[in-house]
Amino acid sequence: MSTSLTEETQVTESAISTRLSSLDTLESEAIHIIREVVAEFEKPALLFSGGKDSVVMLHLATKAFWPGKVPFPVLHVDTGHNFPEVIDFRDRTVERLGLKLVVGSVQEFIDRGELAERADGTRNPLQTVPLLDAIQSNKFDAVFGGGRRDEDKARAKERILSLRDEFGQWDPRNQRPELWNLYNGRHTVGQHVRAFPISNWTELDIWRYIERENIELPGLYYAHEREVFARDGMWRAVGEVSQPREGEDVITKTVRYRTVGDMSCTGAVESNAYTVSDVVVEVAASTLTERGATRADDRISEAAMEDRKKDGYF
Amino acid sequence: MTTEAVLPADLETALPTTLFRFATAGSVDDGKSTLVGRLLHDSKAILADQLDAVARTSADRGFGGEKGGIDLALLTDGLRAEREQGITIDVAYRYFATDQRSFILADCPGHVQYTKNTVTGASTADAVVVLIDARKGVLEQTRRHLSVLQLLRVAHVIVAVNKIDLVDFSEPVFRGIEADVQQVGRELGLGSDGISDLLVIPVSALDGDNVVERSARTPWYTGPALLEVLETLPAADELESHLESFRFPVQLVVRPQGALAPDAVAAGLDAEAYRDYRAYAGQITEGSVKVGDQVSVLTPGQSPRTTTVVGIDFAGASMEEAAAPQSVAIRLADEFDVARGDTIAAAGTVREASADLYAALCWLSPKPLREGAKVLVKHGTRTVQAMVRSVAGKLDLATFKLEGASSLELNDIGHAQLRLAAPLPLENYLHHRRTGAFLVIDPLDGNTLAAGLVKDHPGDHEDERYSI
Ligand SMILES: Nc1nc2c(ncn2[C@@H]2O[C@H](COP(=O)(O)OP(=O)(O)O)[C@@H](O)[C@H]2O)c(=O)[nH]1
Ligand SMILES: [Mg+2]
Repeated sequence: MSTSLTEETQVTESAISTRLSSLDTLESEAIHIIREVVAEFEKPALLFSGGKDSVVMLHLATKAFWPGKVPFPVLHVDTGHNFPEVIDFRDRTVERLGLKLVVGSVQEFIDRGELAERADGTRNPLQTVPLLDAIQSNKFDAVFGGGRRDEDKARAKERILSLRDEFGQWDPRNQRPELWNLYNGRHTVGQHVRAFPISNWTELDIWRYIERENIELPGLYYAHEREVFARDGMWRAVGEVSQPREGEDVITKTVRYRTVGDMSCTGAVESNAYTVSDVVVEVAASTLTERGATRADDRISEAAMEDRKKDGYF
Repeated sequence: MTTEAVLPADLETALPTTLFRFATAGSVDDGKSTLVGRLLHDSKAILADQLDAVARTSADRGFGGEKGGIDLALLTDGLRAEREQGITIDVAYRYFATDQRSFILADCPGHVQYTKNTVTGASTADAVVVLIDARKGVLEQTRRHLSVLQLLRVAHVIVAVNKIDLVDFSEPVFRGIEADVQQVGRELGLGSDGISDLLVIPVSALDGDNVVERSARTPWYTGPALLEVLETLPAADELESHLESFRFPVQLVVRPQGALAPDAVAAGLDAEAYRDYRAYAGQITEGSVKVGDQVSVLTPGQSPRTTTVVGIDFAGASMEEAAAPQSVAIRLADEFDVARGDTIAAAGTVREASADLYAALCWLSPKPLREGAKVLVKHGTRTVQAMVRSVAGKLDLATFKLEGASSLELNDIGHAQLRLAAPLPLENYLHHRRTGAFLVIDPLDGNTLAAGLVKDHPGDHEDERYSI
């Protein structure tokens, strides 16, 4: 991404003679939304987990403000059960872009007795409290998320700018109409807004964009050998917090992850997709949604995501 | 637990190229959710686990009686209350792709708040599919839907005469409805105004006739299936960007002043050359721009200043030209004081900014509009205070006539006169879908009260056809 202002400017194809591709249209829409939020809010932050959607969000932010710095900090809610290589990736990315990282820690809340470990050991639903605490204590008034409407039926109904009350709650029956490209982010003291600039992207769009822009991701998105055991119809990685129970045999398989969340509830899929173009082909041909395939937390009920969102989840 | 990699025969040609946005409109039970489910299902956008979940729920509820079947509406009714009550409450967005295109579909519920939902869905849509129940034909509700679409200037209106299976695929029934639709279209100027087009298709959302493929059960219908139409219609920006003049509301000023992105510097960006970098970031809302073009900078309260475009940048690449809806950063020859809220426009194509605003308002809030109310108007990237001077009347959407009224209630569409605290570069919505649009916002709780469409002042010359 380097050009001199005076000489050898790289001239892209005529925008007028060629129609904009769907990826270019989605990119322009996302950048418009990111710039609107930065212009209209006092203190935005971007949720950054090292997962592919948040990596794409951060990439879009660098393009929106180029050649300047991304003008907001990133926020990560650490369940304490993250894949170590993802945390590594997170720290390297933050360093590379010169960003400030704010971490909300589920473990600290558990240690202080303000959160209780669940019977099933899953920590994803526990993220809500540390998230709201980080938003309040840092006085963030807008939080960017990488949520996409194709992920879930409840997300399909959420606005691009989604108002949250003092308790971080989403009220699906009382949302502001979103008209043209005019976003209304007005809010009162105590309220904040969640902004979803990539609402209109699908999983395949994300992968095609990662391929086109040559975006680096944590290695576990690509096929690799791993010790796994079968549980709830998924392959679970063996790790500190994810141990096989009686009767669950550990085997080595070539797998990759379609989402990277908490180790205790994210499963891997068998895959030979070693490169980004392999993944594009695999996703295009997939017969399962990414959450259905790999997230135990969303299988709990048809309304699992809706219930968590109403309580202030991402 | 495996992802089956069944490769499409030819992935290269399978890559979708352009984006097309469309919405559905219709009364309750006309079959909108079923049609959307059918499109998603037949275009293979529904994955196995989603279909399993829907099949299970359909069976639990005894859908289709003895015969069984899958209630495709469950694919879009995403909220718990919607599934339990069998209705659609809020606009749901769905995504699917064919070889030609990626689609964004807004499924807009038709019962209460139909104006609110239709206006919302139609404001960003390249096309709207209006459903009619073949057994009922054109109802008052259909006339209302079509007039809202005409008002919002939707480029393509497609009327799907649904449940054609329930009238035994009768050609006379279809032709009768088609003639009625064309009649309403003529009264409204839809499809004959050179801006929009109007198409009528017989379909069965439940069985799939003429949805994705042409049906053998309607041999008398020789036109395209719904999806064929959606794949080939030009998107609104494709239609308009070469016709309209350049408009660019400034979102923010990019002026790093030495605080350059570390990754850009690491990649070899010459920090010295960017010391005085100053560009105006935004999304082109209309038309196109080239390096070397003469432009006017419009700042409220000042007369337009004219200068030249010296650069169009996007994330390290410089372009010779750009068009709507691209997001870019523009550099100008003169060091004007340009800020968020200003508009950059093709020189010589703008009228004077005005503090008097005459507009059609689609009222979207339960809190009614009263004369004398103080509101906020958000236009482009600027928000100003405003006062409602008078309500000029309310549209009877069935007769397309303006009737006397002094207030507007939820779902009403009316005309009003507003006085702005600062002048804005307002343009007639008829010719400018973006710079002619604005939001009316409640200054107390921040909620969106209305969708506004700028009109010429009554008395100024205006084509009668668009007088609704
Ligand atoms: N026979 C027949 N029934 C249909 C057709 N389309 C929808 N229906 C039924 O009409 C009812 C209402 O459909 P739904 O999609 O929920 O309507 P919506 O309120 O417009 O979303 C349901 O019972 C559908 O199964 C059709 O083409 N033929
Ligand atoms: Mg419905």
